[in-house]
Amino acid sequence: MRYIPLSEQDKQQMLERCGVTDINALFCHAPQHTLDPAYNLPNHMGELEVERHLVSLANKNKDFAHNTSFLGAGCYRHHIPATVDMVIQRSEFLTAYTPYQPEIAQGTLMALFEFQSYISTLTGQPVANASMYDGATAMAEAALMAQRVTKRSNIVYDTDIHPDYKAVLKTYLSHIDGEFTESASPAETVNEQTAAYIVQWPNFKGDIADLNKLKSTCQQQGALLIVVVTEIVALGILPAPNQADIVVGEAQSIGNAMSYGGPHLGFFACQESMVRQMPGRLCGQTTDADGRTSYVLTLNTREQHIRRAKATSNICTNQGLCALAFTVHMSLLGEQGFKQLAQINHQNACHLADALTSLNGVQVLNTTFFNEFVVRLPFSAPKLVADLANEGILAGYALNDTDLLVCATEMTTNEDMHHLVQAIRIEIEGK
Amino acid sequence: MTVNKRNPQGLLLEEVLLYEQSHSGRMGVDFRAVSLSKDEQRTGLPLRESIELPEVSEPQVVRHFVRLSQKNYGIDSGFFPLGSCTMKHNPRLNEKLARLSGFSQIHPLQPQSTVQGMLELMFNLQNWLNELSGLAQTTLCPAAGAHGELTGIMMIRAAHEDKGNARKVVLVPDSAHGTNPATAAMNGYKIVEIKSDTNGLVDIQALDAAIEKHGTDIAAFMLTNPSTCGLFEPNILNIAEKIHKIGAYFYCDGANFNAIVGKIKPADLGIDVMQYNLHKTFSTPHGGGGPGSGPVSVCAELTPYLPIPLVVKEGDNFKLIEEAPKSIGKIKGYHGQAGMFVRAYAYMLSHGKDGLKQVAEAAVLNANYIMHSLKDDYFMPFNGPCMHECLFTDKQQKETGVTTLDIAKGLTDYGFHPMTTYFPLIVGGAMLIEPTETEPKEAIDEFILTMKELANIAQQNPEAIKQMPQHTPRKRLDEVTAARNPILTYQMSRQTQA
Repeated sequence: MRYIPLSEQDKQQMLERCGVTDINALFCHAPQHTLDPAYNLPNHMGELEVERHLVSLANKNKDFAHNTSFLGAGCYRHHIPATVDMVIQRSEFLTAYTPYQPEIAQGTLMALFEFQSYISTLTGQPVANASMYDGATAMAEAALMAQRVTKRSNIVYDTDIHPDYKAVLKTYLSHIDGEFTESASPAETVNEQTAAYIVQWPNFKGDIADLNKLKSTCQQQGALLIVVVTEIVALGILPAPNQADIVVGEAQSIGNAMSYGGPHLGFFACQESMVRQMPGRLCGQTTDADGRTSYVLTLNTREQHIRRAKATSNICTNQGLCALAFTVHMSLLGEQGFKQLAQINHQNACHLADALTSLNGVQVLNTTFFNEFVVRLPFSAPKLVADLANEGILAGYALNDTDLLVCATEMTTNEDMHHLVQAIRIEIEGK
Repeated sequence: MTVNKRNPQGLLLEEVLLYEQSHSGRMGVDFRAVSLSKDEQRTGLPLRESIELPEVSEPQVVRHFVRLSQKNYGIDSGFFPLGSCTMKHNPRLNEKLARLSGFSQIHPLQPQSTVQGMLELMFNLQNWLNELSGLAQTTLCPAAGAHGELTGIMMIRAAHEDKGNARKVVLVPDSAHGTNPATAAMNGYKIVEIKSDTNGLVDIQALDAAIEKHGTDIAAFMLTNPSTCGLFEPNILNIAEKIHKIGAYFYCDGANFNAIVGKIKPADLGIDVMQYNLHKTFSTPHGGGGPGSGPVSVCAELTPYLPIPLVVKEGDNFKLIEEAPKSIGKIKGYHGQAGMFVRAYAYMLSHGKDGLKQVAEAAVLNANYIMHSLKDDYFMPFNGPCMHECLFTDKQQKETGVTTLDIAKGLTDYGFHPMTTYFPLIVGGAMLIEPTETEPKEAIDEFILTMKELANIAQQNPEAIKQMPQHTPRKRLDEVTAARNPILTYQMSRQTQA
């Protein structure tokens, strides 16, 4: 086996030092009848065989490198500069552990500090942690934190939140006392028992709410405002959501591949007053024995390995390498590049919206949007998705029988848009 | 702070934050010119003004992160015997395969007919884990080990609720990882800690007393086996029987599965639920703290409660089951850490059943070899044989005031990553050493010699070891100030300086 270096001679010498002759003597505390059962599995394969098998599986998938796509819905196709993958494949980043030994982990730590700084400044929140599993779990953890901070148990959330996010919230809160109300009219539903109101921004259908109004509704009742962002590129064009008390979401768009939905990159930012109630790891700046600026994981007493049952969350492993990919990509973009990227996304989406509305009977339902919006079709949206998939066009996400959620990014070419428009035109004219 | 520190420092180059290298007008990307007028914009809000991101060019970004990487230590750099963390070799083949566009460039909401290869891979991975655990079915959804624990305990809760009573208590040994009690608490359970006996094992009398006291209020017992002391629990079948007798479930924290993978099926030990850490046993890279992946296998009785989605095969087609009446629901967005599934599956195929058995045997042999080689130099709180990791403490070194922390810092000066320190909590000054199966004997021997050397220095010249490390990118850090006055962003650091 190519990954296991011990030779037979090594093993003999080592067994000898252990004072045994047989490896199973080291398993003497296990019930002996359970040792070496039969496994209905193949024996090992060489690198070439493994590669052939996995390439054959990969080839059965219609990927975005060879097909046209307008799918978004919380997972976005963006261009990833070559530098990003070069950096995250560097052994010292890829094969490092959580930076618990800061003297030999300054690379990871400084990158996490930069990550936290970027998330903080993008979201307009004073503090951010070193990542969460994904946007959906980050939102659930935000609701739990709001309950701790406000000592209230009810949560109200907007209707147009990503369905997976709502589902995960429901799972996380399933055993907790309190009411969980879905409501598009917070002015009527948020009250003095509400811990937080949650809104996605832009929402699942692409619309962009007025946060000032929501903020004042929450403030009147002493509830926190949680803003969820699933497309972080939007923050290059929208003003920072600094009306929020907590901003969480998904940052996969920057530096991370779609990878069939994971690993992605949850983020968590909030007001400074809540920092000791935050879940997850935090990296802080300090000095070493020589007075040099250094970085270290800090405020660990919130966490499970110190606080155990009283920890703010059970989270341990997070999305370190995905956070690094984000940090590299965001560093390349910088102030100007990130804004330009957002504007190109918006412009392409505007073009797509115009092209689609030029078709007879097709209507864009949004009054506002960033790079994603809903079109109402004069025929079955799920059927369109299924039919076009066969032709190599992933048309979008069907919300119901007539409505299709479509997305354009900097990857979307005029030709792509033309393909979709033509396909829909044929469908309409064929009717 | 300036970039040009003119101190001779060889290749240990200093590097400052990109914010401090920023110059207005620099960029690391080239986009086509775009200017959106107010009328053209449909966001309904004014354009964002300043964000305060740094402005640097591509060569600067490359150099910055390469220099940062050089301040890190990974398993590719050298021996990394971090107990309970299973820092084994990460084959580059797995990285290459996960990057195939057929895996990396597919969307989680594509029609299932267009991702049959991915679903087949997930189906196969579920089956591999079913077979390796001997349990009935596996969910791939959880994002990491602790997330798998959360999922496992949620399923247990749902099963009890289905029988009419969620129950109140989860039993957790005092040697458990912190995630175990934190997980049970997140599920609304009260934690009752079971003391370890003088051999580091579950104290059966304490367990009996807890069962006597809490009886059918007990929802589950969460055991790590092999334990965090590196010991196989010899009474495991007896424990399982006691737990099952009161209608509770036997949860196993599979963080230490590397010791028995391909060698023992957890189901044969009476275990009902177990999570894996694909980033430990199945070698997906730790990435400086993630991403992980934490699939969970369960016994037949618990399968109705598995989270969604689950991959099934119908005829020649693979399909996601996205609704199930008794399912605990969704635990994560989409379908789990799919990129990690590709890596873990490639790892499993590369090993096969014969290779995985070798994994367990070599991991256990390496740990016992270290234990026997160092037992005169460091205090061994419990007798072996150990499993995949061995436990020492600083009891012998303390005579001269040297602690586990000092030994750990000393190791870094000799080019090793330290072992896990001060865990498990049931012994003072724990040093938990896990060599894994992917180390050559020479590396292990070199580590042993270094540990002996450090024991020697601790006795002869304790002051010297207190000053270690000297040859690392940083010396010991002021962690107290970091926690007292947290500086968590560049913006906060500027305010502090001002």
